[in-house]
Amino acid sequence: MAKYLLLKHYRGAPAAVNDVPMDQWTPQEITDHVQYMRDFAARLEETGEFVDGQALAPEGMFVRYDGEGRPPVTDGPFAETKDLIAGWMVIDVDSRERAVELAGELSAAPGAGGKPIHEWLELRPFLAAPPTITE
Amino acid sequence: MDETLLRSLTPGVLGILVRRGADFAAAEDAVQDALVEAVRVWPADPPRDPKGWLVTVAWRRFLDATRADAARRRREEVVEEPEPGPVPAVDDTLQLYFLCAHPSLTPSSAVALTLRAVGGLTTRQIAAAYLVPEATVAQRISRAKRTVSGVRFDQPGDVATVLRVLYLVFNEGYSGDVDLAAEAIRLTRQLAAAVDHPEVAGLLALMLLHHARRAGRTAPDGGLVPLAEQDRGRWDTALIAEGVAILQAALARDRLGEFQAQAAIAALHADAPTAEETDWVQVVEWYDELARLTDSPVVRLNRAVAVGEADGPRAGLAALAALDDSLPRHTAAAAYLHERDGDRATAARLYAEAAHKAPNLAERDHLTRQAARLNARPDR
Repeated sequence: MAKYLLLKHYRGAPAAVNDVPMDQWTPQEITDHVQYMRDFAARLEETGEFVDGQALAPEGMFVRYDGEGRPPVTDGPFAETKDLIAGWMVIDVDSRERAVELAGELSAAPGAGGKPIHEWLELRPFLAAPPTITE
Repeated sequence: MDETLLRSLTPGVLGILVRRGADFAAAEDAVQDALVEAVRVWPADPPRDPKGWLVTVAWRRFLDATRADAARRRREEVVEEPEPGPVPAVDDTLQLYFLCAHPSLTPSSAVALTLRAVGGLTTRQIAAAYLVPEATVAQRISRAKRTVSGVRFDQPGDVATVLRVLYLVFNEGYSGDVDLAAEAIRLTRQLAAAVDHPEVAGLLALMLLHHARRAGRTAPDGGLVPLAEQDRGRWDTALIAEGVAILQAALARDRLGEFQAQAAIAALHADAPTAEETDWVQVVEWYDELARLTDSPVVRLNRAVAVGEADGPRAGLAALAALDDSLPRHTAAAAYLHERDGDRATAARLYAEAAHKAPNLAERDHLTRQAARLNARPDR
């Protein structure tokens, strides 16, 4: 078993094929999109492959240690930051192939016109302890 | 088996153990063990005196644990074996509430400790309710118990702190097999029985009035339904009546607090047959009271929306303009008022901006839909 992190980007990923901002969709298209994501997660829960997933706010801040009790905070991500994560899901699957298959499925969530968005999702394997026995 | 009965006995049993000389942390562990044992044994062999049964088993567990723990040997010598016989009737429930909401605890720790020690929930149930790993909750509870271990059990506590913790529990909503809103109501009812305080009644009324409207607040797909669009036939009129009665009795005592004022606003919404028939003028007056009591910017934001209903969208926008636009939901309120004022383009832009800042998924989806509705292309 291997865990993978699926990352959805606000920006930073290559442009999607069906690239229309969400506030230009019809309400029904948004409902269908949200339902697709829910169904996807529910299915993975049933197969025992779902670990966790959350959506992230587009705005955050940078914090660093700057002496006892006074961590400075600054708005972020900085303007030059090219990447911005929208949300993530952790899956626990048997193989890399399965992880790629599921990421492809999630990327097909419907968008404007009810057609798949074809957005790029980032897929990152977790670092795990080395196996005791290597076959 | 009646799990609610079992849980309602928890604080009393815990209180008796502590009165007998057990320290809080060890007593709490022992009571949890006794609850687990009760779930196993009671269905086949129900006890005649459930509370007495729990006290006996928990006390035995406490003594076993104390004996097994060499470091606690000295404490064991101080603890005297109590006389067998009926359980004393002294109610320590109130002291437990104070202890679990002690100001030295973080809110999440106070909430977890209250749900376990007063509510009788298991660590697993709390974890499921908060969607965090069980280990996280176990850690929070043991840290909380260490923090309050030096607090004397008979010290009078602060009702306001307890109410804040119960309010947090209520606002957490629903996940896992425990309905936290219902649990918060149960605990607040229990507290109201133990202490005579108009703000406790105010919080209980507020919870009942909000809980009564829950069925109308979400669509079958989990989406938000705004107040004006809710099917009022789905509201629970019995709960509304109970909440209003409790609130009126509290208000009659003339010791107004923020929970009573919030409950009064909730009662005005619950009373209206339609959104249009809401007594918005009175709602604004109660927001004025609430602003006087709390000086909270969130209250002033809600007040601005109520002014928009009472005196028209322009008046609402004027009230909103006086507030810091970085306030949560400021943009959403502005979008709503601009739409009512007929400015669809500005409203659409602000809805999209508000969706961008939304604090949760349900709100984000709702606001995005509002923007999309106003941006709808004519050819579609």
